[in-house]
Amino acid sequence: MNEQLSASRRLDIIRHKGRPTALDYIPMIFDEFFEMHGDRLCGDDRAIIGGVASFMGTPVTVIAEVKGRDLEENQECNFGMPHPEGYRKALRLARQAEKFHRPVICLVDTPGAYPGVEAEKRGQGEAIARNIMEFMTLKTPVISIILGEGGSGGALALAVCDELAMLENALYSVISPKGFASILWKDASREREACDIMKITAEDLVRLKVCDHIIPEADGGAHNDPTQTAENISAFISESLQNLQRKFQKGLDEMINSRYNKFRVVGDFEEFPHSDTTQGECLAENSSNV
Amino acid sequence: MQFEDFFAVVRERLGSDKGEDGSSRKKTDIPTGLLFKCPRCRNVTFIEEFNQNGKVCPNCNYHARLTAKERLKITVDDGSFREFDRKMISKNPINFPGYDSKQQQLRDKTGLNDAVLTGRAKIRGEDIVIIVMDSNYMMASMGSVVGERITRAIEYATAHKLPVIAFTASGGARMQEGIVSLMQMAKTSGAVARHNEAGGLYISVMTDPTTGGVTASFASLGDIIIAEPKVLIGFAGRRVIEGTIKQKLPDDFQSAEFMLENGFVDMIVERNKMRRVLAHLIKLHKSPEVKEVAENE
Ligand SMILES: [Zn+2]
Repeated sequence: MNEQLSASRRLDIIRHKGRPTALDYIPMIFDEFFEMHGDRLCGDDRAIIGGVASFMGTPVTVIAEVKGRDLEENQECNFGMPHPEGYRKALRLARQAEKFHRPVICLVDTPGAYPGVEAEKRGQGEAIARNIMEFMTLKTPVISIILGEGGSGGALALAVCDELAMLENALYSVISPKGFASILWKDASREREACDIMKITAEDLVRLKVCDHIIPEADGGAHNDPTQTAENISAFISESLQNLQRKFQKGLDEMINSRYNKFRVVGDFEEFPHSDTTQGECLAENSSNV
Repeated sequence: MQFEDFFAVVRERLGSDKGEDGSSRKKTDIPTGLLFKCPRCRNVTFIEEFNQNGKVCPNCNYHARLTAKERLKITVDDGSFREFDRKMISKNPINFPGYDSKQQQLRDKTGLNDAVLTGRAKIRGEDIVIIVMDSNYMMASMGSVVGERITRAIEYATAHKLPVIAFTASGGARMQEGIVSLMQMAKTSGAVARHNEAGGLYISVMTDPTTGGVTASFASLGDIIIAEPKVLIGFAGRRVIEGTIKQKLPDDFQSAEFMLENGFVDMIVERNKMRRVLAHLIKLHKSPEVKEVAENE
């Protein structure tokens, strides 16, 4: 593994035009993938695809954010930026997986949820919020793998899971490096600089207890050997499913508790037993209420 | 007040009149501290008048931002608020340059230890857990302390079978905390999921501005979602969307009314009716057994 690479170097790798996408990986990792369309409410988003498949003989539900490999594909999948329908389709398929006791495997690869008028009208915020909440208590194992870009809430909506893995060069961040630079420094061109201070590589995220596992890519990046990288992903899924199956046997509640705690513990704060920065009493003196 | 009269009053108050040529003074000449300019209708009001009107624009009814303290004052029963986790302050998870000192400055300036107050309180005698965000502290972005306080408050409510009322306001993620900020969305939403499973009531009240990661997490997950009139509610930033679609958006885009029309808000409630509405809703959600016990007491 190229452990020394900076985040901005990794950004170049995940933007390589030959980088494999979910469309490349799905046929290499799964057998008999049947795509299922639509959210049953409004439409069928092409930035998220999903369906049932077989993983080494085990039925699974696959949900994937799709980036295009050329302009035509990108126009279809909106450059991997989902609308609310995409998240709602994902939730529908996850519920179906729960019903039939199939594990859910999410492949995450998005610059972020689409910022557009229709997306706002149809409740982009609500769609992401609901996925996050519902995945938290989904009664079946969930594995998420960040393939390339894990952009903000648009990624998190498919990344509330029992085990989170990242491809070696993948980046997962609260906002895109470009957005970060333009908000903090009012200068989007300082993207690479932002990249390197944001702590968004797989190693950073293992240290921050967000990522559980790093999946090695082919030397120099997944584009150099998609088949090898796909095999590495398969090996991770196989191992992870066995782990979760073991957890599952100890009881569903325990698995869901441990998923809750995985997120519950993330935060960096301190509590002072006695502090001079209190604002307290302010609230005792209240004006009259009706 | 007519517009011309208004500027006459301003000139009088400032004790100077520069409009020798008869033209009115440019707005930029007026000290902004005296005036409130409404972000929705651009109407200008004297701060005094605006404050007397409960920080509501007298022209268009836009409900402007309150501090968390002001919100508590007009919402909960006198003296009933008991704050949780007051002494919790944020660290610097991604060693972001200048974050520690910025926080210290804000703590000194605002008297807050971060962008949310949580605690137990009563509304017209009804016990609740209340969460109030304060946009004066880093635009109420959601970092570790905001996420942890909210999560603990909801967990407390679940354990004590209390309703949760959250007054949301946020610019979104706390970028200075990186991915740790993003995870607060999962943490808070997870706590709502558990509160739901335990049958607890959660009312979310969206105030100005409710955006980004807060809209995409606990703010949008209330059993009942209330908004104050004319406030900004949305996921993506207006400028980001305008940049994507290369055109200007209408003024009412991402307003409370826009969200109501599109089906993402249950009702719009004016500030002076909020306390009453909340108290009624809480009463209506009490289970019959609880009511009986209360009556027998
Ligand atoms: Zn106004």
